[in-house]
Amino acid sequence: MRYLTDRKRALGLGASGQGTQHFWHMLVGSIALVILMPLFIFTFGAGFDGSREEVISFFGRPFPAILTALTLFVAITHFKRETQEAIEDYVHGLTGKLLYIAVGALAWILIAAGLFALVKIAL
Amino acid sequence: MADVNRGNRPLSPFMLGQYYRPQMTSISSIMVRITGIASLGTAVLLVLWLLAAATSDGAFNVIDGILGSFIGDILMLLATWAIWYHVLGRLRHVIWDFGYAVELDISEKMGAIMFIGATVMAILTVIIV
Repeated sequence: MRYLTDRKRALGLGASGQGTQHFWHMLVGSIALVILMPLFIFTFGAGFDGSREEVISFFGRPFPAILTALTLFVAITHFKRETQEAIEDYVHGLTGKLLYIAVGALAWILIAAGLFALVKIAL
Repeated sequence: MADVNRGNRPLSPFMLGQYYRPQMTSISSIMVRITGIASLGTAVLLVLWLLAAATSDGAFNVIDGILGSFIGDILMLLATWAIWYHVLGRLRHVIWDFGYAVELDISEKMGAIMFIGATVMAILTVIIV
């Protein structure tokens, strides 16, 4: 028996220790992506076929380039949170921590690499 | 809050299969998670493709050849279905999070709409794109 109230012991904990931050980010990201993703699917799909020259001229245009960059960032941070949430649920201990960090690293590498590719194509 | 055992609890989803029969609510929810994680994999492929296009003809031909092959086409079709399913699943979460449509029968209907809607949208994407 510890002399702490139940509320005091629960405060600041929760599954991740981050309160409702994760929930709020997922909600905002979801609303953004429900609008962005259909636009992205049809735009990216239109540029997906063709030779390298056609691809470069397509993604050099402002609308496809900006939409792809924006979706890339918002979607990959969203998938990162989603995957890390799954890891929190299913994998515990050191393996869980390392996997969590690895998914974060993969996501940021993807964002950096994708933005680099888009800038190189567009400029 | 009791002084519960924090060390040796079963990992989710331990109830499924053994104690719970598959239902529209649980399966449609699990599919949102699976399609979300799968979409991170799709992002890897698309970023590789963009990088290859930015780099050289040789690199582009390799990646574009893989994604344009028969297996690549099937993979992209599944990826398209997954992302549409996930968009609809997240839309359901947004509706739930604002406190609407949490009733069981409506949730089950929305689950069915997600499966049907993703299939329709994936076919539509293949036709249009």
